[in-house]
Amino acid sequence: MIPTKFEYAKPSSLDEAFALLAEHGPDAKLLAGGHSLIPMMKLRLAEPEMLIDLAGIPGLTGITVRDGRVSIGAMTKHATLAASEELRQHAPVLFEAANALGDPQVRNRGTIGGALANGDPGCDYAAVMLALDATFTVAGKGGTREEAASSFMVGMFETTLSPEEVLVGVSFAAAPASAYVKYAHPASGYPLVGAAVVLSMNGDAISEARVGVTGVGDHAFRAGSVEKALAGVRPSDRTALEGACAGSAAGVDVRSEPAAGAGYRSAMCDVYVSRAVLAATRG
Amino acid sequence: MPQIEIDVNGAHHSVPVEPRLLLVHLLRDKLELTGTHVGCDTSSCGACTVLLNGESVKSCTMFAVQADGSAVITIEGIGASDALHPMQEAFWKMHGLQCGYCTPGMIVSAVDLLRRNPDPSDDEIRAGIEGNLCRCTGYENIIRAVRSAAAALRNDESRHSVAELLPVGGSN
Ligand SMILES: Cc1cc2nc3c(=O)[nH]c(=O)nc-3n(C[C@H](O)[C@H](O)[C@H](O)COP(=O)(O)OP(=O)(O)OC[C@H]3O[C@@H](n4cnc5c(N)ncnc54)[C@H](O)[C@@H]3O)c2cc1C
Ligand code: FES
Ligand code: FES
Repeated sequence: MIPTKFEYAKPSSLDEAFALLAEHGPDAKLLAGGHSLIPMMKLRLAEPEMLIDLAGIPGLTGITVRDGRVSIGAMTKHATLAASEELRQHAPVLFEAANALGDPQVRNRGTIGGALANGDPGCDYAAVMLALDATFTVAGKGGTREEAASSFMVGMFETTLSPEEVLVGVSFAAAPASAYVKYAHPASGYPLVGAAVVLSMNGDAISEARVGVTGVGDHAFRAGSVEKALAGVRPSDRTALEGACAGSAAGVDVRSEPAAGAGYRSAMCDVYVSRAVLAATRG
Repeated sequence: MPQIEIDVNGAHHSVPVEPRLLLVHLLRDKLELTGTHVGCDTSSCGACTVLLNGESVKSCTMFAVQADGSAVITIEGIGASDALHPMQEAFWKMHGLQCGYCTPGMIVSAVDLLRRNPDPSDDEIRAGIEGNLCRCTGYENIIRAVRSAAAALRNDESRHSVAELLPVGGSN
């Protein structure tokens, strides 16, 4: 399958990229790892006339941990996250999501920034960013703004990024007691349910929990009622844990497809959220 | 038309490419390296897998312009008919193929796996070839082949792996 014709540019600075975006307007698209965009272009569901490759811009890759805060450049590949000892230690929830995403070849090309900017309802990282209460750094011609992960995701393939902005990175406080557990679609590998949990513990009881869920609704969401119910729960008490995780998808317009109808998906959402809580306590 | 500089199996090429030309089509149609197959053309099957700067990628999901300045190894660069790579020998000996359509991509992925993990468990082998589909074998003999190649490569200091000719890892 051959995409429609386009021009290709590989700017060597963000300013150059902003100039190209301004010049070409809605006909331009940014290219990161290409593992959502190129398949769309081959199907001619996307037909940009100008492709602006971010790969030549320095400073957009890498993982830094400083003063308990983890920062990740938007162009950092899934494979880099999946192999990072630092992430395994400071944010197992993201380390596990990177390892559960796609396959080795996809991880060798796709980037965290591209995955989040794309706004796919089955984006693994979307749940993780919500649970980590991450901050996104977005750059545009007029300067740089920061936005909370929770307001960044708006709908299916919809974020608050304007077409002239570039997501440059994400950052969050280290979360050693965290986990991501995924129920993958048997064919596509995308999550039917992906549950990300970040915990603060008080002895063997949960003092605070943040729970992000992806794959279930038209975009990732925080399971607010479960978070409240988990406070004070001892995860070793299975009855209490499962009780707290019940109704995790309540109020969400749950997606339905042959592999998982809405009822089944909601039920699995509860199961995977409670598994993620248990997994997060092990660290 | 942009001009790209690309090393393929050790040979340098300077080629003009239309931006929408996929890497797999550069390899197959322009450089006549037809060992790399197109299976699904939708990023799922891995038949088109090649090594890009030492890392496995699906060449149907990448434009040739993105490979400007890179080194690519295709199945033709892994070994030759009269000098098979240990991975190719193992696929032959352990019956790791039937129709052979998936085999070039399988072998490239398996070589990439052993570079990262020279002694993988069966589960690790399965995870390592997760991006490659085979419609014939049922995978069991492929797992056996990779296991056997891993043992052969560990015992053969002199001929480790073609992937060692390339830098490990990408730019980040
Ligand atoms: C076979 C296969 C399996 C997959 N499985 C999974 C899975 O299980 N889970 C999962 O979450 N994902 C999965 N993916 C998607 C994968 O994670 C993609 O890498 C990701 O969605 C897009 O990232 P990218 O770097 O490839 O971006 P691209 O495809 O290059 O871009 C995607 C979109 O984001 C925009 N964009 C990219 N970078 C930026 C930026 N920095 N700022 C602003 N806009 C930007 C682009 O303009 C484009 O619209 C899979 C993909 C494939 C092909
Ligand atoms: S042909 Fe490239 S993944 Fe199937
Ligand atoms: S041997 Fe036929 S597809 Fe694998």
